[in-house]
Amino acid sequence: MTKYEAGIAGALDKIERVRQVRRHKYYLRDEHITLSHGSGGKATQNLIEGVLRSGFSNPVLDQLDDSAVFVVDGFPEAGPQQRVAFTTDTYVVSPLFFPGGDIGKLAVHGTINDLAMVGAEPLHLSAAFILEEGFPIDDLRKIVESMAEATSTAGVTIVTGDTKVVERGKADKLFINTAGVGVVRHPWMISQMQAQAGDKVLLSGPVGDHGIAIMMAREALDIEVDIESDTAPLHAMVASLLQAVGEAVHCLKDPTRGGIATTLNEIAVASEVAIALDERAIPVRMEVRGVCEILGLDPLTIANEGKLLAIVAPETAGAALETIRSHPLGREAAIVGEVCAEPAAMVFLRTDIGGTRVLDMLVGDPLPRIC
Amino acid sequence: MKYVDEYRSEEIAQRLVEEIDRLAKSMPFKIMEVCGGHTHTIFKHGIEDLLPRNIDLVHGPGCPVCVIPMGRVDDAIAIARLPGVIFTTFGDMMRVPGSQGSLLDAKAEGADIRFVYSPLDAFKLAKTNPDNQVIFYAIGFETTAPSTALTLLRAKAENVRNFSVFCNHVTIIPAIKAILDSPDLRLDGFLGPGHVSTVIGLRPYTFIARQHRKPVVISGFEPLDIIQSVYMVVKQLTEERAEVENQYTRVVRPEGSPKGLEVMAQTMKLRPTFEWRGLGFISHSSLMLRPEFADWDAELRYEVPGVRVADPKACQCGEVLKGVIKPWECKVFGTACTPETPIGTCMVSPEGACAAYFNYGRFSLAKERDKLNLMPVSK
Repeated sequence: MTKYEAGIAGALDKIERVRQVRRHKYYLRDEHITLSHGSGGKATQNLIEGVLRSGFSNPVLDQLDDSAVFVVDGFPEAGPQQRVAFTTDTYVVSPLFFPGGDIGKLAVHGTINDLAMVGAEPLHLSAAFILEEGFPIDDLRKIVESMAEATSTAGVTIVTGDTKVVERGKADKLFINTAGVGVVRHPWMISQMQAQAGDKVLLSGPVGDHGIAIMMAREALDIEVDIESDTAPLHAMVASLLQAVGEAVHCLKDPTRGGIATTLNEIAVASEVAIALDERAIPVRMEVRGVCEILGLDPLTIANEGKLLAIVAPETAGAALETIRSHPLGREAAIVGEVCAEPAAMVFLRTDIGGTRVLDMLVGDPLPRIC
Repeated sequence: MKYVDEYRSEEIAQRLVEEIDRLAKSMPFKIMEVCGGHTHTIFKHGIEDLLPRNIDLVHGPGCPVCVIPMGRVDDAIAIARLPGVIFTTFGDMMRVPGSQGSLLDAKAEGADIRFVYSPLDAFKLAKTNPDNQVIFYAIGFETTAPSTALTLLRAKAENVRNFSVFCNHVTIIPAIKAILDSPDLRLDGFLGPGHVSTVIGLRPYTFIARQHRKPVVISGFEPLDIIQSVYMVVKQLTEERAEVENQYTRVVRPEGSPKGLEVMAQTMKLRPTFEWRGLGFISHSSLMLRPEFADWDAELRYEVPGVRVADPKACQCGEVLKGVIKPWECKVFGTACTPETPIGTCMVSPEGACAAYFNYGRFSLAKERDKLNLMPVSK
C-alpha cells in the first residue's frame, strides 16, 4: 500500500469510526444552552440524547418518532388495531404574524402533523399560552381566531388549555404549546426506523418556503420577493395515502427544522440505511432558490411546515405518488430518491451537474426561532 | 433559473471533463483554488468526484473566517462583553473558537452579539440604538473591505459616534506569496479568486506567472466556471505557458474596481504585520483604519487583551491551508475536531477545507478507496 492509499484508507477508517460512535452515543460538551441547541440539527440531537433521554428513557419514548404510540388498557378495542398517538410541541416563532400564517396556525398544524406522521387520525388538541406582560389582547384575539379556524378546517378540537403571564422582558410577546392526541387504526408500525433498502422517497412539494418566508419577514434584507409559509395540515393527505397503499408506507416525516437534509439523515440513522437523492428531482420554488443563492443557503436545510416525506415500498411508489398528487397540497409531489443498504446512516446527493456528495444534517443555526 | 442554470449543465460539464482528461494525459497536476467560495462550490456540487483522478484540487487559504487567529477572537469577545455594547458580525464568525470559547458561547453567557448581513446593517443598528455602542467585527478579503469602507465614510459624514469597526480585513496577495515561498509546497497552478479580483483586477497576480512560472486563472463560482478554469490551467500547463487568464469575464474587469480601491485607500492602510491562523505572521497582509478614522476604530477605543494565542498543538490548519496535507491527514480531523466541536478554524466555516471535506467529501474518499481496491473498513 502506498502512502497515498494508506492515507485514504486511514481517513475513511477515521470517518467510519466517528460515524459508528455517533450512531450510539451523543456528546454534549456545552455548559450552557446556545441557540444551536434549538436548531433541530446535530446540537439538538446532542441535547436530547445527552440530557433528556437519559432522564426519561422508556420503550415508547425511545422510538423518538414525531408522536408516541401506545395501547391504553380498557379502551373498547384496545390493541394493535386501536392505539393512541400522543405528542406535544412548543412554538416560539418570531414574528408572530408572517406571510402565509401566524404562530397560532403553526401551532395547530404542527401538532396535527406530528400525529399524522405516525399515521394517526388527529382528534383533540390542548393549547397553552405563555404571555408577556403588555401583549396586546387584540393580537391574542387574532391568533385565537386563526387557531379556531385552523382546527375547524382540520376537523380537530381544542379541548383543554392554560394561560400564564410573565413580567415584561421575561418572554418575547407570546409562546404557545400545543399537545395532541389521535388514534392509530392500523396494526403496522410507521416509524423513522422502518425505511428499507429499495424503498422510494417521495416528497409532497417544493422545499424551503416556510424558513425563507420567516427570514424575509424578519430580516431587513431588502430582497423583494413573494414567498409564503407553507404551513398546512397533512393528515388528510396521509389518510388517503394509507388508504391507497396501506402497509407499503414505511415511514412518514414532515421535514421542519433543519429541512429535508436533517430529516432524511435522522431516518438514515434510525433505520440503518443509506438514502440516495437526486438533486434535480427535488422541487424548489424559483423564489426560494433565488434567495438561497443570494444568501448562500441550501434549500435542503431550510424548514418546511406543510411538506410530507414518505418512504414507501418500491412497487407502490407510482400509486403513492398519484395519491399525493391528487391532493391539493401535493400537486408538485415527486419521487426524489431511494433507500439503499450501504453505507448505512448516510445520505447522498447526486448533484445538479452530475457529481455526488454527502448530504449532512444541519450544523449550527442559520436562523433561530422559525417555529 | 436565469444566470444560474446555464452554469450547471451536466452535459457541458461532462464535455469539459473529457477535454481535461484528454489534455492532461494522466499527468498528475496539483491546482490550488485560493478562494473559500470555490472550495464551497467544489464540494457542494461534487466536482472532485467528476474530475479525472490525476487532477488534484488543493484548498487554499481564502476563507476569511478560517484565517482569523484565536487572539483576535478573544479580543472580539472582550469587546462584546463590555456593558452597553452591541457586537455585530457575519454569521460564520459566531462559531469560531477562541482560547475561551466562541462568540456564540459569549452570547449564551449574556453578551449582546448579533449577526448581520452587511456592515450597513450594523450601522443602522447604531442609529436605532443611540444609547448603545455598536461594533462591527469586520472580516474578509478585498471583497468585503469596500463595503466596510463605505460604511465608515458614511459614519464619518453623518458623525455617528456610537459606531465603530474592529478591523480584521486581510489581503490575498501576501498570503499567496507566503504559500509560493513555502519550501514544502508542490503546486502547478492556481484558480484565482473571482470576487476579490472584481476589486483588485488582474495585475496583482502577474508575479505568480512571471516570477514563479505558475498559471493563474481567475475563476467564477458556478460549477461550470470552476471546471472551465481547471481546463484553462491544464491547457496552460500542457502548452508550457504561465499567464494570468480571466475566466470570470462576465464580472471581473482587468483593472478591477477603481472606486472600490479608492474608498479602501481613503479609510484603511496596510498593517505592518498580521497573524494568519495556521500561516503565522505575514507582513503587510492586512488592513487597519487610517488615523483620520481613529474615532471609529474599535481597536483604539476599547482595551483589548491583544494577546497572541498559539494554535492548539494538535491542529494542523496551517499545513491544510498551505496544501501540504489533505484535511483528512490531520491528526484530529473527524475525531476531536468536527463541525460541531471545531478545534481549528478550517472546520468552522462551510468554506473551510476541513468542514467541506467532513460534510461533503466522504463520498469522494469512498470512491477513491473503491478505485484503489482497498479493503472496506471494518464495520
